[in-house]
Amino acid sequence: MTDKKRGLGKIKGFTIQFLPYSEIRDLNSDERIKKILNIILTNNILILQGRLIPTEEARLIGDTMAMVGYVKEFKGIELAVISGNDKEGFFGKMTKGLANAIAGGDFSAMTIIGPATIVKEMKRNPKKIELLLNR
Amino acid sequence: MEIKIFKNFFKRVFSNLFNNKKEIKLGFYGPPNAGKTSLANRICKDFTGEEIGTVSKIPHETRSVQFKEKVEISFKGKKMTFKMIDTPGIATKIDYEDFLKFKVSKKDAKNRAKEATQGVIESIKWLDDMDMVVVVLDATENPYNQVNITIIGNLVARKIPVLIVANKIDLKKTDIKKIEAAFPEYEVVGISAKYGDNLEEFYESIFKLSKKV
Repeated sequence: MTDKKRGLGKIKGFTIQFLPYSEIRDLNSDERIKKILNIILTNNILILQGRLIPTEEARLIGDTMAMVGYVKEFKGIELAVISGNDKEGFFGKMTKGLANAIAGGDFSAMTIIGPATIVKEMKRNPKKIELLLNR
Repeated sequence: MEIKIFKNFFKRVFSNLFNNKKEIKLGFYGPPNAGKTSLANRICKDFTGEEIGTVSKIPHETRSVQFKEKVEISFKGKKMTFKMIDTPGIATKIDYEDFLKFKVSKKDAKNRAKEATQGVIESIKWLDDMDMVVVVLDATENPYNQVNITIIGNLVARKIPVLIVANKIDLKKTDIKKIEAAFPEYEVVGISAKYGDNLEEFYESIFKLSKKV
């Protein structure tokens, strides 16, 4: 895909795309990250059912950074994960997340990823995620 | 039989020697401008007389991994040798225009942004090489930042012992309890790397954590 097609120049609008976990369940880590970045690079805010495993999240950040400066106007992403039960604490969720990842996804979680050109900030607290958009 | 006893004796002696002299790779991770280099500098200055890197108000001052080898920390009669590894701050976005606010020229800002992106990639690659990690968070900022969660999640996945440091306790906006609430499974030590406040508790926790390595 060329930079022109991605159209990250002047932001005229954006769409919110929902991706059910079934769409990435059978993909390997490389394919998952490629799919996510392709959605983000076409000015979409992605709402993913479930979450990536921590190593995939780190990989997503690394691959995102590799694209900054190479894809026109791309400045990176904003990313937030919210999970169903916050009483467990992050470690509980992470452990559960790893177990769920093996079993096929943590469905109680939701991941929101948006291009930094559109999403200025994602404010997260245990109960909610707020998206502040760039004008 | 005698040979076996002899062999075991030497094995034990050399193993002890090796363990005592073993350098623990201690990484400093966290988001940009949390005070990783300030803390690493404070420790290095206290025990070697030299600093590890430069600090600045401009985010992403550390853009490549910096080391200080054979840092022998003495605390309450105990001694341990560390290889200090100060890493660039991990971020999900880097915009060169953010650096312009700090009166950096456009050319330098673009260059800084490019180096900062490489720094993030380098930090992530180095996760595999750590023996233990201090995650440095700015206690005046919201801890529920995905970068913090991703860093800790990756350390958990790699079974690397973690200590969370809530830095900048000298500032009014500091909220250590918020960090403790966000990461209840971890010990959180509040410090001021800038003024050296509460480092005793930090060293105590580091020595305690090193037992898990």
